[in-house]
Amino acid sequence: MLGKLDWSAIPFDQPIPLAAGAVVLVAILAVLAWVVAKGHLPYLWHEWITSVDHKRIGVMYILLASVMLLRGGSDAIMMRIQQAVAYQSQGYLPPEHYNQIFSAHGTIMIFFVAMPFVIGLMNLVVPLQLGVRDVAFPTLNSVGFWMTATGALLVNISLVVGEFARTGWLAFPPLSELSYSPGVGVDYYAWSLQISGVGTLVAGINLVTTVLKLRTKGMNYLRMPMFCWTTLASNLLIVAAFPILTATLAMLLLDRYLGFHFFTNEAGGNVMMFMNLIWAWGHPEVYILVLPAFGIFSEVVSTFSGKALFGYRSMVLATMAICVISFMVWLHHFFTMGAGPDVNAIFGIASMIIAVPTGVKIYNWLFTMYGGRIRFATPMLWAVGFMVTFIVGGLTGVLLAVPPADFMLHNSMFLVAHFHNVIIGGVLFGAFAGFEYWFPKAFGFRLDERWGRAAFWFTFLGFYVTFMPLYIAGMLGMTRRMQHYDVAAWRPWMIVAAVGMAVLTIGVIGQIVQLVVSIRNREALRDRTGDPWDGRSLEWATSSPPPVFNFAFNPDVRGEDAYWDMKVHARQQSLEHDRPDYQDIEMPRNSPTGFVCAFFATIMGFALIWHIWWMVVLGGLGAWATFVVFAWRDHDEYVIPAEDVAAIDRINREERRGLVSMAGTV
Amino acid sequence: MAMTATAGHAHADPHHIGVVIEHPGPAPKRIVTAYGFWIFLLSDIVMFSCFFAAYAVLSGQTADGPKGSEIFEQRNVAIETVCLLLSSFTCGMASIAADVRNRFWFYLAMAVTCVLGLIFLVIEFREFADLVARGYGPSRSAFLSAFFSLVGCHGLHVSAGVLWLLTMMAQVFAKGFRADILRRMTCFALFWHALDIIWVAVFSVVYLLGSGA
Repeated sequence: MLGKLDWSAIPFDQPIPLAAGAVVLVAILAVLAWVVAKGHLPYLWHEWITSVDHKRIGVMYILLASVMLLRGGSDAIMMRIQQAVAYQSQGYLPPEHYNQIFSAHGTIMIFFVAMPFVIGLMNLVVPLQLGVRDVAFPTLNSVGFWMTATGALLVNISLVVGEFARTGWLAFPPLSELSYSPGVGVDYYAWSLQISGVGTLVAGINLVTTVLKLRTKGMNYLRMPMFCWTTLASNLLIVAAFPILTATLAMLLLDRYLGFHFFTNEAGGNVMMFMNLIWAWGHPEVYILVLPAFGIFSEVVSTFSGKALFGYRSMVLATMAICVISFMVWLHHFFTMGAGPDVNAIFGIASMIIAVPTGVKIYNWLFTMYGGRIRFATPMLWAVGFMVTFIVGGLTGVLLAVPPADFMLHNSMFLVAHFHNVIIGGVLFGAFAGFEYWFPKAFGFRLDERWGRAAFWFTFLGFYVTFMPLYIAGMLGMTRRMQHYDVAAWRPWMIVAAVGMAVLTIGVIGQIVQLVVSIRNREALRDRTGDPWDGRSLEWATSSPPPVFNFAFNPDVRGEDAYWDMKVHARQQSLEHDRPDYQDIEMPRNSPTGFVCAFFATIMGFALIWHIWWMVVLGGLGAWATFVVFAWRDHDEYVIPAEDVAAIDRINREERRGLVSMAGTV
Repeated sequence: MAMTATAGHAHADPHHIGVVIEHPGPAPKRIVTAYGFWIFLLSDIVMFSCFFAAYAVLSGQTADGPKGSEIFEQRNVAIETVCLLLSSFTCGMASIAADVRNRFWFYLAMAVTCVLGLIFLVIEFREFADLVARGYGPSRSAFLSAFFSLVGCHGLHVSAGVLWLLTMMAQVFAKGFRADILRRMTCFALFWHALDIIWVAVFSVVYLLGSGA
């Protein structure tokens, strides 16, 4: 009846996951109770859960990423403490638990923090920057978000029902095969990634189509803001790379569920095939994450230097070059696995070549700042902090790209330090910069600058104190993923790293405090003009938060930095004073399709993990029925009458008039 | 208009050739939908390419089990191929019928497409069942794992296509040739033709090369 599921799945003997699970459950129930008691449930359902508005969906993606950042961060804290105390002792985490923690940490941070954060920002901003009313497929967008949330939910369920994978975040076979991992951990891992992978693919298709087919009048390719370019590159990579992950995990699941022999030791299975396939996805994935961050930094640096981006065309070229080359370097993840010197040399050189377009970008940002009037607002602090940190991470990456050096450093703490250096210094700093930069656009008020600065400095310093010692420990021969160790020389560095982790944690707490303080002071921080930073691209040409239709008129673009041109031009010609002719606007109707689909996907995923076959059928039928019901509806759009559009638009137009006369003089 | 700016016209003509090509604005829905579906099909083809790659790597790993040439039935595969290619033609007829809003020819062409798809599936299912009965199931060897996965993945796509086809017919029956339904019909036709293209590759890589070896 319930497959493999029984009471032994709940880890009553392990206090840590049980207590953590209980706290999370109580928190969720408390929030739900508060929502119901205050009568916010209808609002939540109509305005958020069923919303197909790209801005709302973007915000929900970022919320999901933030919550999961706390979960993945807790795992990180536990690991740092374990390695600080587990010198000649077992520490406080038993090996089977420790192995689950580092697997869950990697899985969560990549798939459920970094991915939703950048996809959320792209969703929120790209249609606004392109001057259009929504993404290409609004309802699918909602489906994509809820599928991602389903994956995150399944990973968290594994905390208290059953176990998570103990295989590391990429579940290499043969360890991840049934013979060595007979529990449900790997199944939790694989099914949650399959389901959230559907969501990611949908988001990728949606954003590629949006950028290529839905640009406002006059928005030629070479007038798009840099963030739109990096979004295009990143989502092209999603479309090309995520199906590889889906296929690879499908093969692993076939091995585990139906006794296939793709990656087994017996009957001709080939483990190296898994390595090649998973990294043919895995390396582009790195650029899927960091390219949008590069786009964010381009916007931030240009805005806060008060200058157009230096070398716009070379930046476009560098972005697309990275997009292509990222598919030609995957083998550098396993130089030591016997490919031979010639193959290693080719992939080593390709890996170093990719540093060239990245270097172009760094110089472009520096030259954008050169001679500019720089304002060191919080987003700009993250951008400058990124440039310094990312160069360090990039240089250690070039070092690892040299195969002989890699033979010494492979799988060591040096590697751990390197990829945290580029992912935290690149992706996470970028996500935070984007968060600070576009928060006023999403909510209509700015974030508190003082707390923002404090959070930045703690995170920045905390990062260095945490991860620089790991480079040294790696040089001293420490391998990654050690539950305990007996080498005295490593110990001091592990203790320093734990201290650094504490500083990092203060940085994260600083951001939470910043959010709370800003919400409480929101009237003082209110942005009425829609353009709090003296911005240059079209998202600043509408109110904050933007109306559901984004723009009362589709903007007519005549050059790069479209909104900057408008401001300068309006100042010269006073064109802001004419009487616009408002028209009715058609918008897509909200739909619970995404939420209902995710509900069935959760049931199906859970049933697949525990081999509850009747429930699998039920979930599948439910998901299909949901789509048929959606396909059967007769009215998928509603009309906002011209007078409503006028009423909404006039308020912002008044506020903006004063601002436009100031443009370019700040 | 208020949202207009004329500064910076130079950028629209970067090479100073005297021709300014302005982007005309968002594409119509029909284009956007079909374009998005094309992108999906490309991603689907990438997924298939992984199964092709796995098959290429593992096709020699028979673990003392049967080789391809010992189990492939040329005659069945030929019938399967004819069915699919013909169904692509009838699917094209259905698209034309939908374009000219002719219900009779639409239903007829879709029904024939459906029958051809089902014949294909039955033959494939019998081939699989026969292999399993002889002890040559997917867990026999890595070669058979890769074979069942690649061909089975295509078969699952055809099954999903048949389900979609029936849903499509029901939609036209209930709603008529509405704009959104015609857009879906375009996507369905693209999907069905793409499966055909993938079958050509399966036929060549698996059955033709396998029978020769």
